[in-house]
Amino acid sequence: MIAAFLQAVVNGALAGSVLALPALGFNTVYAVLRFPNFAVAGLATIGAYAGWVANALWGWPAPAAILAAFVAGGAAGALCDAAALKPLRPLGALAAAIGSVALNIVLENAVRFAFGNNPRGYDLPVFRDWRFGAIGIGPQEVEDAAIALLAMAAVFLLLRTTRIGKAMRAVSDNATLAESKGIDPVRVAWAANILGLGLCGIGGMLVALDTSLDPLTGFRVLLSIFAAAVVGGLGSIPGAVAGAFVVGIGEELSTLVVAPTYRTAMGFLAILIVLSFRPRGLLGERAY
Amino acid sequence: MLDYLVSLSVFAGLYALLALGLNLVWGLGGMVNLGLAGFYSIGAYVSALAALHLHLALPLAALLAALLAGAAGAALAVVTSRLKGDYLAIVTLGFAEVIQLIAANEIWLTNGTDGLSAIPAPGRGKLSPFHFDLAAAATVWIVLALIALGLVRLSRASYGRVLRAIREDETVARVAGKRVLAFKIGAFAVGAAVMGLAGSLYAAYDGYVAPDSFDVLVTVLVVLALTAGGVGNMAGAVLGSALVVALTEGTRFLGGLLPGLSALQVASLRQGAIGFFLLLLLRLRPQGILPERMRVHRLDG
Repeated sequence: MIAAFLQAVVNGALAGSVLALPALGFNTVYAVLRFPNFAVAGLATIGAYAGWVANALWGWPAPAAILAAFVAGGAAGALCDAAALKPLRPLGALAAAIGSVALNIVLENAVRFAFGNNPRGYDLPVFRDWRFGAIGIGPQEVEDAAIALLAMAAVFLLLRTTRIGKAMRAVSDNATLAESKGIDPVRVAWAANILGLGLCGIGGMLVALDTSLDPLTGFRVLLSIFAAAVVGGLGSIPGAVAGAFVVGIGEELSTLVVAPTYRTAMGFLAILIVLSFRPRGLLGERAY
Repeated sequence: MLDYLVSLSVFAGLYALLALGLNLVWGLGGMVNLGLAGFYSIGAYVSALAALHLHLALPLAALLAALLAGAAGAALAVVTSRLKGDYLAIVTLGFAEVIQLIAANEIWLTNGTDGLSAIPAPGRGKLSPFHFDLAAAATVWIVLALIALGLVRLSRASYGRVLRAIREDETVARVAGKRVLAFKIGAFAVGAAVMGLAGSLYAAYDGYVAPDSFDVLVTVLVVLALTAGGVGNMAGAVLGSALVVALTEGTRFLGGLLPGLSALQVASLRQGAIGFFLLLLLRLRPQGILPERMRVHRLDG
């Protein structure tokens, strides 16, 4: 029982670190542009397929494939945002949110058009689990988690030390004040989209490595991404990471009690519980 | 061809019912509800199970479906009463996903992804398929007319005025002594009940329900219908639904125009086109074809 509990916590922490990337991306976009971008699901899938093309078709090694996932997610996301969602933002957050649901359907079907519905596999070696007493850990999951942690560290450094990172934080704190200080909101919006949606691309590829790659790969984790973002606080960067660990571990622990197919429903439950007691999430809505 | 058009008019009527339910919650009450596929699904499953296992006649099964969907709507409204805009969009979308998850996994009740089939409906097997479709279309449109009449009366009565007031400024409505929470829960419940009723009619007409029938695409189609017609306007909801069915069916002929594509590619083009049209519409005419007309209410005497 204790072993099963520990195993669930370990698995949950590994899953949570992978989930943290798209959640971080979702919240980065929310912090700067103030709307929930539901197209993160489709962009995660696009990142996963870009990684697959680079790895399985072109023979690139894993780190280069992950970079391809970032570039594809960020570029497709930022361009689609500029073309489709930016004109909707003056109408309000809701119009942009609904537009992003429509955009997600377009992206998902673009992937289906290009690659079909059949699941694909990456060209990566499969390792046997490491055993620590009663607890098993998959090297692939550890590698995914390590990549996710590295990416997170890079994001925090970027937000903390670079000019554009500071500009993003300023805009999310107070957009009017930031603009009056000479920060160009258009540039910051591009940067937030490329960074945030690129992270969704990497997240999508790591999720696909963990589960399977098909046109619904991103959509299947959408509820968990929302849950992580909302539980931590919409628009909060550290909140997304904290929320992802809470949701990841919560989902794994739930499999001890209910059928594993209900894992993602736990994310929804977590949203309801946290919002009932802390309507602005665990860490509040402040970006950083 | 006539048979095909009659069958399309059934679906147009069902989307119009869903759009009317959404209009009450979103158009009048200003609360976004992206979970409508969930309420539609609850209505369809409740009605199908009531007909299959309890042998209830369609009117009773439909009533039960509307009641349970309405109760689910009230429960979701209570839980989300303090949430606005972005959070409400996320939670309601999540709600629909969870309902789909339950429908796919509680096999003892819903038969999982295989779905429930051979759902009885009055006249099925006795009437020719064409006459059955005709009767179904008549039923759906009569129900739609009654519901639309009821909702128009509701929206013109003081109830609708209070809802619009809450939409425009919740604090002002509260200061004016309106019980804001009760109004919001009521609107959510009635809207969900209408969606449940649509689900019940769908189950009876189609004879088959499966989790796939209630995915996020249904929500997008109905939001598209309501946005096209004009949010806040009942006639717009009906007009928009007819346009959406014309759009989804019109794209069926894409396959013939584009030889060399697989069936899956044509299907993905059609689905993608729906998302594209919603984006285009939001951009070009967000107020819809028939925008809401604001009435000025004067105090008597």
